[in-house]
Amino acid sequence: MRKTIDDALPLPPPGSGRRRVDPFLGIALAASAIIMAFILLPLVEMVVQPSVEDLRETWSDPDVIRAIGMSLYTSGTAALIAFVLGTPFAYLMARKHFPGKRLVESVVDLPIMIPHPVVGIALLSMAGRHHWFGRILDQLNIQIMGTVTGIVCVLTFVGLPFYINAVKTGFEAVPARLETVSRSLGASPWSTFFRITLPLAWRSMLVGLIMCMARAVSEFGAVVIVAYHPMVAPVMIYERFTAYGLKYSQPVAVGLIMVCLVLFLLLRWASPRKDGTA
Amino acid sequence: MIRVEDLSIVLPGFALEDIDLQVDPGEAFALLGPTGAGKTLLLEAIIGVVPVTRGRILIDGRNMTGLPPERRRIGILYQDHALFPHLSVAENIAYGQRYCTSALPDLGPLIERLGLQRLLERRIHTLSGGEKQRVALARSLAVAPSVLLLDEPLTALDPNFREDIRSLLKTLHRDTGITLLMVTHDFSEAHFMAQRTAVMNRGRIEQVGTVDAIFDRPETPFVADFVGMKNFFPAVIEEKEAVIGSMRLRCNPREGDFHAVAIRPENIRIRKEPFDGGTENCLEGKLVRILNRGFYADVRVDVKGISFRAIDTRRHLNRTALAEGESVHLAIAPEDIHLMRGRKPELKAPS
Repeated sequence: MRKTIDDALPLPPPGSGRRRVDPFLGIALAASAIIMAFILLPLVEMVVQPSVEDLRETWSDPDVIRAIGMSLYTSGTAALIAFVLGTPFAYLMARKHFPGKRLVESVVDLPIMIPHPVVGIALLSMAGRHHWFGRILDQLNIQIMGTVTGIVCVLTFVGLPFYINAVKTGFEAVPARLETVSRSLGASPWSTFFRITLPLAWRSMLVGLIMCMARAVSEFGAVVIVAYHPMVAPVMIYERFTAYGLKYSQPVAVGLIMVCLVLFLLLRWASPRKDGTA
Repeated sequence: MIRVEDLSIVLPGFALEDIDLQVDPGEAFALLGPTGAGKTLLLEAIIGVVPVTRGRILIDGRNMTGLPPERRRIGILYQDHALFPHLSVAENIAYGQRYCTSALPDLGPLIERLGLQRLLERRIHTLSGGEKQRVALARSLAVAPSVLLLDEPLTALDPNFREDIRSLLKTLHRDTGITLLMVTHDFSEAHFMAQRTAVMNRGRIEQVGTVDAIFDRPETPFVADFVGMKNFFPAVIEEKEAVIGSMRLRCNPREGDFHAVAIRPENIRIRKEPFDGGTENCLEGKLVRILNRGFYADVRVDVKGISFRAIDTRRHLNRTALAEGESVHLAIAPEDIHLMRGRKPELKAPS
């Protein structure tokens, strides 16, 4: 092979001279910067625009406090329902193989894809007096339209896939052999779940709860169809924006951003670690 | 005692069929077979986590077929140890104590026996492979199981620990008299640990017998290949000769209807000069290929269109300067020609 004079020269020490940037890395960095700006700029703008006086006034408004509290209460209740019903479901999906399993998994993911106002409309159509299910609810004295129950229903609907998918992944990360060994040592399926599976998958369950709640707390489309009142924070932001304009909706939005930020920090803290606890 | 009667398990894409097996009380029994033969599936059916389609599983005479794993009193030791990572060594060992009335009342002697005294407070991820396997063994034995199943217990260990654990298992079996059913794909492991063995292939048991009987007298082409009889030829047995194509090899005939012969590569002698003859079968062929295997070499010789596989030491090959393409002589003793019933595969073409 022919050698050139460049080949014969020693390599320059790192950091000296002009460094050539890998074009792929350059494009990736540029794309990353655009995405970060796209996400952060509007949020930062939202947070810094209202004056401290506006923020103080808004956050001392009982209606705002009540709306944010209602958001937390309803989304927390939805997460709790997802926990109670979704945990055994996720375990089943993680451990059992059966015909049509892929179809069931697709059904679980449906709420992510359906436009959320459609969810609200579908729920209302079922809860009406012209539907057999609505008549049962009526007999049980359960109201959906314009109630906390209705809000919790739609929030559970939109949040369930996030909980189930996170917990299913957590259960799958626990080797089934550990459960086999536990049972061979005399433990019942219940004992095995509480002594082996749960301690190894609790982080995934916590992540699922936070994701479910975070998704629910930001829901607007489905809620506004089912219950304009009692008002949750996203509906209040929409109402203030349409009635009074940007200036009045922004302080409420900042409050909601803070709530989401806390949930996000909890999520980061609870995310599965590399030491094996899922 | 473990007794498996007419067991079948049908799964999507795989089935265990017509499994009949008996492991006597206090016996060490090995299930041999390649990966995917169904050995672990059979083990998991015995322990109770895989439902059976047909047949029965009896432990010490009790029908366990429909019982859940927690009511079978069967211990299991996996190759990946399957220790509970969130519990300490002591908590792992004592895990089954609260459930089993028959559990050892005092774990001290067991812990001491397995050399685990100084590890009790350690977390699982800080242990070596050998230590993990000893903890898993202690955990299984702590509940005094009636039988112990071993799923390739030595495979994941590095060679230093493998010898330790192998000897430990052997000694424990001898001292406790517990019934052992071991799954392995390593014939030497089975030879060391077990009195009898069954060879599995594609969900069926091909042969059951003592380890020596299977090694010396395989009954099917698969078992012959598995125990190292790499030369397998369809043959017609005429009195004291096996006719393979146009070749006639003297053999020691036995009672039975045989259609094939198998010869171990290490039982074929090879050199440049003709052999003296005597009682041995002497053949002349062409050395087709020498495959270097480290201390020895795998030698392929074409004799009248039939490929023989022999093993020779590197030292001997170097000393005699044998090379590919040369004419060579083979010698095979009649007693080393194993007669088989097996079906008739295609003749091996020279490669």
